[in-house]
Amino acid sequence: MSNNVLAFAESRGGDLRRAGLEAVAAARVIADARGGAVHAILFGASGIAAHAARLGAHGADAVIVVEHAAFAQNNPEAAAATIAARMSAFGAFVCAASATGKDIAPRVAAKLKVPVASDATAMTVSASSVTVTHPGYTGKILQTLTLTATPAVLSVRPGAFLPKEVAKAGTVEQATAAADPAASRVKVTETAAGNAAKLDLGEAPVIISGGRGLKEAANFKLVEDLAAAFGNAAVGATRAVTDDGWRPHSDQIGQTGRLVSPDLYVACGISGAIQHLAGMRTSKTIVAINKDKEAPIFKIADYGVVGDVLEILPVLTAEVRKAKAQ
Amino acid sequence: MKIAVCLKRVPDMDVRFKIAPSGKAVDETGLKFDISDFDGYAVEAALQIKEKLNAGEVVVISLGPDVVQEILRKAMSMGADRAVQLKADAVPADSFAIASALAAELKDGGYDLIMFGRMSIDTAHGATGAMTAELLGLPVVNAISKLEFDGRTAKMRRELEGAYELVECALPAVVTIDEGIARPRYPSLKGIMAAKKKPLDSKPAQLPASRLTLDALALPPERAAGRIIGEGSAVVPELVRLLKEEAKVL
Repeated sequence: MSNNVLAFAESRGGDLRRAGLEAVAAARVIADARGGAVHAILFGASGIAAHAARLGAHGADAVIVVEHAAFAQNNPEAAAATIAARMSAFGAFVCAASATGKDIAPRVAAKLKVPVASDATAMTVSASSVTVTHPGYTGKILQTLTLTATPAVLSVRPGAFLPKEVAKAGTVEQATAAADPAASRVKVTETAAGNAAKLDLGEAPVIISGGRGLKEAANFKLVEDLAAAFGNAAVGATRAVTDDGWRPHSDQIGQTGRLVSPDLYVACGISGAIQHLAGMRTSKTIVAINKDKEAPIFKIADYGVVGDVLEILPVLTAEVRKAKAQ
Repeated sequence: MKIAVCLKRVPDMDVRFKIAPSGKAVDETGLKFDISDFDGYAVEAALQIKEKLNAGEVVVISLGPDVVQEILRKAMSMGADRAVQLKADAVPADSFAIASALAAELKDGGYDLIMFGRMSIDTAHGATGAMTAELLGLPVVNAISKLEFDGRTAKMRRELEGAYELVECALPAVVTIDEGIARPRYPSLKGIMAAKKKPLDSKPAQLPASRLTLDALALPPERAAGRIIGEGSAVVPELVRLLKEEAKVL
């Protein structure tokens, strides 16, 4: 078995994503334990090769660049076929457990007739197996799972393996796809930004989240204002609010929505239903503002403020602006 | 249109779980079970397609011990036409093993569309649907939040982080369903009565050996107990001070 590890260098719209660098960081853990090399595979339209150097600078010993016009959009069929065709040279395949990575990993694994472990938050590596920690049951149970098949195929939870810069450059190899990318049966016709200016919930260090306590959709302006005051914040919402159409479904944090763990989570007018707590309880610091002092959100909040969120938010926004200006 | 929907039976998540003495299973005492959340959306989406076309068949399939018959009956009480249980003592940890058993059942079924939830809410790998598609040689689109048809072409929307993709694919195909596509209906009394007479076929699952082993389960560390620092907007300066000096997030 090869000690080398292949990482999926996720890109979107011609840009390398942080998820790709995190896959390289996780692949590095396996390769270093086994004395192997990390190769990163990067798909895109002509010109994507410009990002190869950044992968090298984050720990990829070699970068395989697959350029084709039909990779301008996400093309999971052709990408998975190309990865699977190359896996005889690798002992493991790692991607981020992003929407794109979670789409790729099971395709690759099934083509190779091996299992996949998703969403790893930690791993230990032996010569012949990879053992991962996998949060299940909406984060309430941590499973320890061992992949005994070769190659090991896994995805890693965003934020669990942080990209590190290294003082070297990887080699670059131009390669062709194993299957004609233009002939894929699954065709992505358009990729649209949900809101181009908005920080993604999975990447934002601060999340300001709103619930029914805001009383009406228009009052989310107060949540957005606070997010703007922080400058590095994304706006989230509870399921009650997305179900009512106040916010898009993609903003929902909770058991059936996004699972987030930012440095700071500010829950505004959120009572703290278990469905919601499941999505944010691993946040490092939690602030809760709610008028009901018995609300379950206060049981997990590091800093609870009892009061009317509509009155408190403008004051908090002004104070945060002041603190940021200092 | 002939549609298959693959279902998993999972415990209700709104509880404090305990780990069984074996250390490798959840203590099921007192737990309530139901169709996994996203699989329920898939059932509803399938029923809406059938109702819109006013033709076709919806077949629900679940792998596991006889208790999975409860969720198969529930799906039939919502409106699915028939059910198949792939009988196994337990559901393995390895999605590839599960996908192999499902593919063996689905391959000669003549399905136009095979639907899954985008992941099970308990073990949450989100792999079984795509793996089943690969084993069947069918195209797959994962985690879709919208689904429409233009003749034999499925037109879908897939949610990404901060963006979405519009995706097209010809049938037959496999899709996995995200929330937002359709809220599952409650079974009517009439539906519950009708479901009792609908066919439920039980046959042994053709499961290969699992190569993903479950070594241990653990409960995550508890958060420190919450703290209320005060009431009303007067406490905001203190909150900002704590965020800056204690939590160091400002």
